[in-house]
Amino acid sequence: MKILVCISHVPDTTSKINFTEGDTKFDTNGVQFVINPNDEFGLTRAMWFKEKQGATVEVINVGGPETEPTLRKALAIGADGAIRVNTAATDGFAVAQQIAKVVQDGGYDLVIAGRESIDYNGGMVPGMIAGILKANFVTNCISLEVDGTNATAIREIDGGKETVSTSLPLVIGGQKGLVQESDLRIPNMRGIMMARQKPLNVVEPMDANMETASVKFEKPAPKGAIKLIDPDNIDELINLLHNEAKVI
Amino acid sequence: MSVLVYTESDKGTFKKTALEVASYAKTVADQMGTTVTAITFNAEDTSILGNYGVDKVLKINNAQLEAFNANAYADVIAQAAKKEGSKVVVVSSSADSKYLAPLLAIDLDAGFASNVVEAPSSTSPFTVKRTAFTNKAFNMTAINTDVKLVAVSNNSFGLKENSGSATAEDFSPSIPELGVKVESVDKVTGQVTIADAEIVVSGGRGLKGPENWGMIEELASVLGAATACSKPVSDLGWRPHSEHVGQTGKPVAANLYIAIGISGAIQHLAGINASKVKVVINTDPEAPFFKAADYGIVGDAFVVVPKLIEKLKAFKAQQ
Repeated sequence: MKILVCISHVPDTTSKINFTEGDTKFDTNGVQFVINPNDEFGLTRAMWFKEKQGATVEVINVGGPETEPTLRKALAIGADGAIRVNTAATDGFAVAQQIAKVVQDGGYDLVIAGRESIDYNGGMVPGMIAGILKANFVTNCISLEVDGTNATAIREIDGGKETVSTSLPLVIGGQKGLVQESDLRIPNMRGIMMARQKPLNVVEPMDANMETASVKFEKPAPKGAIKLIDPDNIDELINLLHNEAKVI
Repeated sequence: MSVLVYTESDKGTFKKTALEVASYAKTVADQMGTTVTAITFNAEDTSILGNYGVDKVLKINNAQLEAFNANAYADVIAQAAKKEGSKVVVVSSSADSKYLAPLLAIDLDAGFASNVVEAPSSTSPFTVKRTAFTNKAFNMTAINTDVKLVAVSNNSFGLKENSGSATAEDFSPSIPELGVKVESVDKVTGQVTIADAEIVVSGGRGLKGPENWGMIEELASVLGAATACSKPVSDLGWRPHSEHVGQTGKPVAANLYIAIGISGAIQHLAGINASKVKVVINTDPEAPFFKAADYGIVGDAFVVVPKLIEKLKAFKAQQ
């Protein structure tokens, strides 16, 4: 089984979010980048397929050279090889087109992406890859087993979960549950050394359409100070929620 | 030309999010000088949609589509959009709509903006405001394709009543192969889900153990709210993962979010800060949640929550 894991290069959750160039660009100054958390669950699940079922695992990112440390981290965790499509990730569709092309050319059986990235939160890329390739697709996936070309997955739905059966080729939008947080791997020294020897292929992008364009960013209005209510005066809280906030 | 909206129903009853996206579609249709067509799957009585601005309903009744199937639903909605000549298609941010939307975007060659929180600021170029960076920012996005797909963030636009009525028409699309088959569904019934809730009551490790969740459930029931929990609570197995809200759990965009015994780790706040009004109840005045909330009580949940339930019951009785 050939697996491709999509790795989004995202600012760490604790990053300060600021914009430059007239609020049109994300300010990367002083920002620590990490593997998108939803992708990391998928990468770890892919490692289990490699170790238990003999799968090969490659990782892919669409982005400039600045994303390579994130791909190297994925190699240090245990991926066999990495691919970087050398173009800026402009929108979800552009990224999906590039990845779909690599999937088609490389004959991958299973593509695992995160259900969404924690920067743009679009939740588009895995579904669009599946749509372009006419592959089967399960998102919000919290469990995945593959036996031959058959797959069983559990998807989180509103208010519960749903078990589905499907087959390869398959695209997964993964999240916590594919593996638990305690299963995530921190690269060890041996992994880091080995990652330096592993292939990181830079491929040039195909001509892609831009369907959407980011015009500008805005920050939410600063929040007012919290109103503290005396625990002996619960009526005041109810009054505020009813008359001021108008939410009850 | 009409704006097409996918209005979700559950066993024939329209979800609140369906009425919200219908309201949104009506606003867009007014901006563009056109009408609203809704598409429904296996819903008998669709008259309520007229109250939220829908002019025409395309009704699909098909046993093959009894269980949700993202690929088939996307394909059918695309057929409807083509039949109606729709330039704008609107869906919600429910789990099912988020699942089908990227497939629908590909089927329609439509540029897609998700997590949209306002009506378009301009229809030419078609520009919408969406959340980004887990609600720490907004992004103005222009959709440049002929057909546009918009997924509206739950509880962001609200309901806008309209005194119209909707005509209904049966629609018999062709059904594609179902590549993904539902084997079983494990779903709580008779409870408000986090995605559909206007109010969410959430408990953290401060509650000390799963045996203390009775008061969380009671508070939720008094408020007609959904129950949720923080990550440690779900990791400890006190509550199911489907209740875990936060960055790696479910996102919450409620009108009111009540956090009880939750310190407010940044990953938790990232998942809930799209909620409009936040209340925190915690013994520790230094808990980070007090910086993120609108209203706070420094106090012991085991004392404060029962009192709050009692007072709310009295308040509700007066309403």
